[in-house]
Amino acid sequence: MWDYCGHSLDVARLRGATYADVRVMHLRQRDLTTKNGKVGTLGQSESIGLGIRVVVHGAWGFASTDLLTREGVAACAAQAVAIGKASALAKKENVRLAPEGSYVDSWQGPCRKDPFEIPVESQIALLLAVDECMRKVKGVTLSETDMQFRKVDSWFASTEGSKIHQRRVISGCGIGATSFRDDAIQKRSYPNSFGGQYMLAGYELIESLDLLGNAPRVAEEVVALHSAAACPQKTGTLILGGSQLGLQIHESVGHPIELDRVLGQEANFAGTSFLTLDKLNVLWYGSPIVNVVADARIVHGPSLGTFAYDDEGVPAQCTDIIKNGEFRGYLSSRETAHLVGLNRSGGTMRTESWNRLPMIRMTNVSLLPGEWNFDNLIADTQDGILMDTNRSWSIDDRRYQFQFSTEIAWEIKGGKIVRMLKNPSYSGITTEFWNSCDAICDAKHWTLWGTPNCGKGQPMQTMGTGHGTSPARFRNIKFGAAFSDE
Amino acid sequence: MSPAKTKRTIENLRQKNVTSRGPSAGPQVRSERELRAIADRVLRLAKSRRIPETEVHVEEIVSALTRFAGNAIHQHVAEQGITVSVRTVADGRTARVTTNRVDEDSLCAALEDSRSLAASQPKDPQLLPMLSSQKYRRVNRYIPVTASLSAEDRARAVKRVCDLADKRGQVSAGIFESGQAHSLLANSRGLLAGYRQTQAEFSVTFQQGSAASWAKANDADVRNFDPQKLARIASDKAIRAQNPVELPAGHYSVILEPAAVLDLVGFLFYDFAATAVEDKRSCFAGRMGKRVFGKNISIRDDAYHPGQLGAPFDGEGGPRQRVSLVDKGALRNLVYSRRSAKVAGTKPTGHGFALPNEYGEAPMNLVVEGGTSSIEEMIASTDRGLLVTRLWYIREVEPYEKIMTGMTRDGLFLVERGEVTGSVRNFRFNQSVLEMLKNVELLGETRRSSGEEAFEMVVPPMKIGNFHFSEATKF
Repeated sequence: MWDYCGHSLDVARLRGATYADVRVMHLRQRDLTTKNGKVGTLGQSESIGLGIRVVVHGAWGFASTDLLTREGVAACAAQAVAIGKASALAKKENVRLAPEGSYVDSWQGPCRKDPFEIPVESQIALLLAVDECMRKVKGVTLSETDMQFRKVDSWFASTEGSKIHQRRVISGCGIGATSFRDDAIQKRSYPNSFGGQYMLAGYELIESLDLLGNAPRVAEEVVALHSAAACPQKTGTLILGGSQLGLQIHESVGHPIELDRVLGQEANFAGTSFLTLDKLNVLWYGSPIVNVVADARIVHGPSLGTFAYDDEGVPAQCTDIIKNGEFRGYLSSRETAHLVGLNRSGGTMRTESWNRLPMIRMTNVSLLPGEWNFDNLIADTQDGILMDTNRSWSIDDRRYQFQFSTEIAWEIKGGKIVRMLKNPSYSGITTEFWNSCDAICDAKHWTLWGTPNCGKGQPMQTMGTGHGTSPARFRNIKFGAAFSDE
Repeated sequence: MSPAKTKRTIENLRQKNVTSRGPSAGPQVRSERELRAIADRVLRLAKSRRIPETEVHVEEIVSALTRFAGNAIHQHVAEQGITVSVRTVADGRTARVTTNRVDEDSLCAALEDSRSLAASQPKDPQLLPMLSSQKYRRVNRYIPVTASLSAEDRARAVKRVCDLADKRGQVSAGIFESGQAHSLLANSRGLLAGYRQTQAEFSVTFQQGSAASWAKANDADVRNFDPQKLARIASDKAIRAQNPVELPAGHYSVILEPAAVLDLVGFLFYDFAATAVEDKRSCFAGRMGKRVFGKNISIRDDAYHPGQLGAPFDGEGGPRQRVSLVDKGALRNLVYSRRSAKVAGTKPTGHGFALPNEYGEAPMNLVVEGGTSSIEEMIASTDRGLLVTRLWYIREVEPYEKIMTGMTRDGLFLVERGEVTGSVRNFRFNQSVLEMLKNVELLGETRRSSGEEAFEMVVPPMKIGNFHFSEATKF
């Protein structure tokens, strides 16, 4: 692979590139699903190819190919240079990259049990057993399970001398039960909705989640939701479970801190950001107990935003995003770092595959744990609603006004959970929401959630991100707008 | 043929393509004959391994995209890649393996992996044999002018858009994309289906201070839209979108431009799947034959409509049929894969996804019948209402009443006494699509439309009464 990398860089230089970096990537994936007792998807895929990014005449060009021969990668490099020259027809300023060291390294993410070495028979048998377990509960009209495994090898090289190989194995699984009754459809999922939990880990993740043990509860809860009272439409106290809080962070912190959005580079598609450059170190993003970091380092935990180097060869870092409530940092790249006074990239450039351009993406954007025990938090809440497991999410293109609904909620009265609620939703303004946070549970309740489906860019790229959370409480939150007719 | 020789032959063919044109034009896709040679090789290898049934789907894509922001190109990319997807069936078991390596060793490995995966599951007594040879209606969606668009062509067009923005003191952002795809589906029972198409897309946002507007087009023929014209539309609307007033949330008459209609109605597409109804997760479960929309709403799936793109066959090679889904507001038909058709005791409609999958099928070429009202006439007929350019981040809140939430974006305008009188701050909506399509007062000419939430379909602009905006914003 290094030969292909080196040859393409040589061709790019010879044709006039002043900078180039190249990624050869080999992606392998296995997908398994079941539905109502039968295997649904059963497939594997692999893809290997090379993508080269160049700066020529002060402008960017990128081309990719799956033709891994010396001639193929040379043609690809030549095409990237030609594209860069075309880009220069409509440039304002020359590309300027923050300085970065060169690294020669090889890194492998944690993986105790290679999921591709585990017999598919046993993986399917587990999913079918879980599927059957959910369908045993009367009232369940649809049972679904899924597992997905990915193994990604990448070889990065640049004209500045870096040569970095990384291997990341990602595992994920989830189960869901749906119930249709009396003109209503309810759904419950475990351990999270929209695919479940994903981590930078091997099959040990699947074994740790006890899918079989949780299946009856999931099924019973979905049926019980039909008889539950509807979530009230009012303003009150909200406690969010960890997975929903993970998505809240993703949408209302993770996206607005992407510097490419802030600079208008995503204005046509993903949108911009309310976090204009004047707000850095000025805005009170949250209450003083709110601390958020973007941390790609393995010491933060093995999640979908964990790596050793980003896809422009910058080592993984931890960046303060919100420190004691104050807005402190953006997600940056070598090209954007200088715009916020940084002398180095924050290391957040990531690509979905060999045929896509690296772009600023979330790493692990996590809410650091607070000091509360969960039981004490409930006991301390006189009147509130606990919501968990996302059902729908929507936020405007500046990441300011949001509405979320969850699969389930519980009413809290007098410090106790008193009953289940159906059709819960809440809405608000990003900064008002985070400033209303008055309690965060401690490290014992902290989980690093993997979000495997973050879409961004044109052509669209799907990226995995991580979000560490523990349950937290928010005051004066608006409930029920999603189902209001007012 | 030896594996080494096969690999060299294919790579030589590819090399010819890569080097046959100037580097900025990029590689061309293989010919149908070359794709067929790969498919035939897979089927021969499968036969020699005594695999009872084999299906192979070969697809090559060449695509390039010029992206601009801040009145300059900031990303500019090109890709070329092939995939070979193999499905084997043995003893009531099936599985799929996909690779982008076309040497014989890799194709053999894909077959063996597929066979091994398939054998790892319980037998499915309902698994159908593969389709034999079918007849397809011919469609011509390959336009050489689109295929030959170069990086310089796109960059020059973008430069003119950026110049317009500079001249007007505005900020532009967007994309100009062009590409082509060529696919071939074959199986061991003699089925052979080929398709190629080109596609070009231009999308542009113009910002004027904090105001913005947007325009977009997508077509097989790049000559069917004018990037400069789209840019001028977005630029003019951005000027009109300045100084928005805040209005209270509530129920309003709305005039939805086609992109806004598309992105809402597009969310219904999977509800029309027989498998979704069978699984009781469709909003049409239990509503077959009932009047679900107003009498002025008719929806069909029509892969042969001139405003549509896509192959005339489905994931199993079944010929796509035209299907009337909703006739004058009444739900008349669903679309069926071969499996769901057998369960329902009816004929497949050619809408199945590639097997194996748990979703079954879906209509991918929806056409919503239009009317005769222009947007100007809709505005003139409105005493008080809102003109909506585009919607954003639409998600399903409740599946059975099909309540959707989302935001307005890039141009929301107040209509008073038959005229557009100003700009309005954005709203969040929570609106049942079923209710919405009972409240359509006027329909415009139906046409191929592009949004960001749904794939391209043929829809008209609509004037709709009693649309529910649940929350106002400060921007």
